[in-house]
Amino acid sequence: MENKLMMILIVVIGAIALAQLVRVYELTSKLRQRGEHEIPNRDNVFNSKLMLLFMIFQFGGFIYLVAKYGWTGRGPAASIEGATTDWLLNLNLIIITAVFFLTNFLLFYFAYKYVKKPGVPAYFYPHNNKLEMLWTVVPAAVLAVIIILGLKTWNELTGPSAPNAVNVELYSKQFGWVARYGGADNKLGKADYKLITSKNKLGLVTEETLLASIEQIEKGEEGIHKIEGQLNSNNIVLSDSVRKAYRESLGNKERLLRLLRQMQATHTKKSDASAYDDVIVEDKLVLRKNTPYEFTFRAEDVIHSAYFPHFRAQINTVPGLVTRLKFTPTMTTKEYRSVKNLPTFNYILMCNKICGSGHYQMKMLVEVLDEKEYDAWFKNKQKETFKASFLKK
Amino acid sequence: MASVTHDHHAHDEHEHHHEEGFISKYIFSQDHKMIGKQFLITAVFMGLVAMLLSILFRIQLAWPGEESEFLHFFLGDKWAPKGVLDSEMYLGLVTIHGTIMVFFLLTGGLSGTFSNILIPLQLGARDMASGFLNMLSYWFFFLSSLIMFLSLFVMNGAIFGIDIPGEWGTSGNGPAMAGWTVYPPLSALPQAVSGSGFGMTLWLISMAIFIAGSLIGSLNYIVTVLNLRTAGMTMTRMPLTIWAFFVTAILGVLSFPVLLSAALLLIMDRLAGTSFYLSDIMVKGQMLTNHGGSPLLFQHLFWFLGHPEVYIVLLPALGLSSEIIATNARKPIFGYKAMIGSILAIGFLSFIVWGHHMFITGMNPFLGSVFVFTTLLIAIPSAVKVFNYITTLWRGSIVFTPAMLFAIALVSTFITGGVTGIILADSALDIAIHDTYFVVAHFHIVMGMSAVFGMFAGVYHWFPKMYGRMMNARMGYAHFWITLVGAYGVFFPMHFVGIAGAPRRYYDYSVYGTFDTESYGMIVDLNVVITFFAIVAALGQAIFLFNFFYSIYRGPVAPTNPWKSNTLEWTTPVEHLHGNWPGPLPVVHRWPYDYSKPGAAEDFIPQNVPLAEGEEEH
Ligand code: HEM
Ligand SMILES: [Cu+2]
Ligand SMILES: [Cu+2]
Repeated sequence: MENKLMMILIVVIGAIALAQLVRVYELTSKLRQRGEHEIPNRDNVFNSKLMLLFMIFQFGGFIYLVAKYGWTGRGPAASIEGATTDWLLNLNLIIITAVFFLTNFLLFYFAYKYVKKPGVPAYFYPHNNKLEMLWTVVPAAVLAVIIILGLKTWNELTGPSAPNAVNVELYSKQFGWVARYGGADNKLGKADYKLITSKNKLGLVTEETLLASIEQIEKGEEGIHKIEGQLNSNNIVLSDSVRKAYRESLGNKERLLRLLRQMQATHTKKSDASAYDDVIVEDKLVLRKNTPYEFTFRAEDVIHSAYFPHFRAQINTVPGLVTRLKFTPTMTTKEYRSVKNLPTFNYILMCNKICGSGHYQMKMLVEVLDEKEYDAWFKNKQKETFKASFLKK
Repeated sequence: MASVTHDHHAHDEHEHHHEEGFISKYIFSQDHKMIGKQFLITAVFMGLVAMLLSILFRIQLAWPGEESEFLHFFLGDKWAPKGVLDSEMYLGLVTIHGTIMVFFLLTGGLSGTFSNILIPLQLGARDMASGFLNMLSYWFFFLSSLIMFLSLFVMNGAIFGIDIPGEWGTSGNGPAMAGWTVYPPLSALPQAVSGSGFGMTLWLISMAIFIAGSLIGSLNYIVTVLNLRTAGMTMTRMPLTIWAFFVTAILGVLSFPVLLSAALLLIMDRLAGTSFYLSDIMVKGQMLTNHGGSPLLFQHLFWFLGHPEVYIVLLPALGLSSEIIATNARKPIFGYKAMIGSILAIGFLSFIVWGHHMFITGMNPFLGSVFVFTTLLIAIPSAVKVFNYITTLWRGSIVFTPAMLFAIALVSTFITGGVTGIILADSALDIAIHDTYFVVAHFHIVMGMSAVFGMFAGVYHWFPKMYGRMMNARMGYAHFWITLVGAYGVFFPMHFVGIAGAPRRYYDYSVYGTFDTESYGMIVDLNVVITFFAIVAALGQAIFLFNFFYSIYRGPVAPTNPWKSNTLEWTTPVEHLHGNWPGPLPVVHRWPYDYSKPGAAEDFIPQNVPLAEGEEEH
């Protein structure tokens, strides 16, 4: 409390003191018979010098930061695609850095050089078509190069992945990631959010999961039967608001049930095989070096973004929409550690789209293994197929 | 001839003048000059609020988890228990900060203030086309500002303990928390984040009112520019300020309604159970039945406004600085026609580039490549403008008023922030830096700083016109240098944090500790530096506030034309009067940039001075 009072007091006294100073300054300048609006020569020259000084601060700051933290500070790219974009990024950065230095230099240097000098008039120079043409055409030409190179790369990056690419799905929800591998057949089984239960967290569609979901929605803990029972019971007195909430939830559930029944009616057992052998991994995403990947993404609740900074890959995950991206890792975690000289380093998958209070903690470790290590890991994982875990009581 | 017809209008106005009471003069004023000042004061207040919010969350970023008296003082036990900022409120602060800065300070404030003050004065009109609508546009702005401000105080579906009835107030703690872009589903689902309850409802109401006000204002500006120019004021004799306000108003009229519809559909999804933006969602264990909507639809609608919005913010600042640079370099603006051409080109292109905000949203990549092309085209007219500014300084006779300093700094930030746009517009490169601090650095420098500098330049330059007194120049210098150095210190290092991969809208960067301690060290270091500069820059604004309010009452009385400027506003008397010119309206004979014209006696020739014998119009 006293601190606050002190602060306020200091501010008030400071303001009064400043007001008095200004007053004195204004009175004296009036005495000197100078219109306040005329900027004295001294002030003009002083500010023109500061302009040059600021330019040095600006350029110096840039050079200092580059020297201290590196040109991009994000380490080498760990994927084929990343290496391509890094090359392009460097090219573009060189171009814009040159423009940054050149134009800022001209601006501040002219500001310094052409400060008003008594008796020297300004040069009346309203336009010059040749010059204007020059600085329309030159930027246009440079941009043409940037656009062509950029689009070429973009098409490569977003094009279809290699036919032998490994399929992995990344599933996002507040606030975490789950990975699903296509399993032995490298095919991801179908999924639908309506089938999500505690045992089927990704909502895979199979005959069994359909049955289980329908049963849960009818007879489960908060199922239709239970709610109807509550609503119709003579022994329980429900407040209006609770009754209303129950009704709403009942309507909701009945709708879902209808949709599930429709799904069931058109479901064929044939597609189940691709889901049975899927492997779901929650602790980390393990990848195989030099292997092309096709990632697909789903979101459970809100938009998230799958951001792999070291592979230079990113795509949003959107409820109701499956998104995709591809990349081919080129360095194992161990190799990257030694390149970076940082034994604790790990690759990461972060969330990069605002998604709620835990946004900043929504991540999954990524580990790239060499071919042998990976194959051993995967072989072991294949014991825990979706089917095995779902049917396990 | 037009001056004659306008004449008796002037006399009418004159008679009213004496009967004006306090309320009609200062509150429900229909005089454009007073309305402009109302916009300015409201915007300055909102800008201070937004700046304070940024300091609050910057403290968290620099010293995550440390107890701070300062945070506790402003946020209390609820949002900063023991002086540590709550992680949801962090998002709330960022959201309201961004919203206020973009819409309330730099749209309402910048274009509201200066379009109002300068359009009639520089065109030689008695007032806006409709004084009443003009007044209405301010009061809509005021109301929306008030609602947005109050939304900061939402707690448990109530404000200051007053419960909000029914669906509107069902739930919610704190203001909107989905970022200033309010993407659904996050913004549509109160279960997803607590700010998406009543706080979000207030956000949407406030923005709907804001948009209505902005549309009324913009229509008025357009009509005034088209119809109320004085005799001789052809379109190609208009000052570049007016060109900028004119194109800005057109952009607003064409794009804001789209945001309004986006907001209305979002309101429907929130209150009426529709599925415009929602599909296949399970949130907090609850399965929703919404089906068939698309979150991307919202993003398309949002950015259809959102990108032109950047230029709605920027063009007025560029217009003001064109005028200020020409006046204080004592030279014609170089390439006047090219400047008009670039304003028009930028205005047009700004409508077909919105997809550059959506390269990695799952939008079709081919569509993305179209947006790469159109976006990079904008760099051309922007480059033309920059080179024209620089050439205007060349061989000038520069007078460093505080306004001139800010205007030159604007050109610098426009360059520095603009060039990084080339990286972000290149979709292949955007993949890895989208939504990182690199983006935060980019838009703060190119849009935030440029527009704020433009606004400061405008205030220093036209203060004598607004308040009839001069601001203190030396305090202006101190304010300028502290602000410029502070702003660079804040936003320049953000490029490095961002390109190293640090995502934006993160409450803290402790995850880095789990995978890359080296980058973590860099982020922590630079975050402290950035916050240090932010505090310095914020304190520097006290000088401005003091100078501003002190000068309103005690500044030396201004001469009629303090900067020896050519435009018509400096031909009006210092004392404001309704109708602007006591006699007939001035007649225009030349463009506004006859500075240092060879053969003239003085280094400036106001627009209402007839051509001398044998003189050619530039
Ligand atoms: C005191 C000066 C300012 C400081 C220190 C500051 C700092 C910041 C920071 C750190 C963020 C959060 C970035 C993130 O986590 O995503 C932010 C967001 C933002 N700021 Fe500022 N800013 C300042 C002034 C401005 C100005 C003048 C504008 C006007 C354009 C502005 C517009 C925004 C916007 C639009 C956002 C995005 C909000 C969102 O993510 O929803 N800021 N600012
Ligand atoms: Cu997330
Ligand atoms: Cu944009």
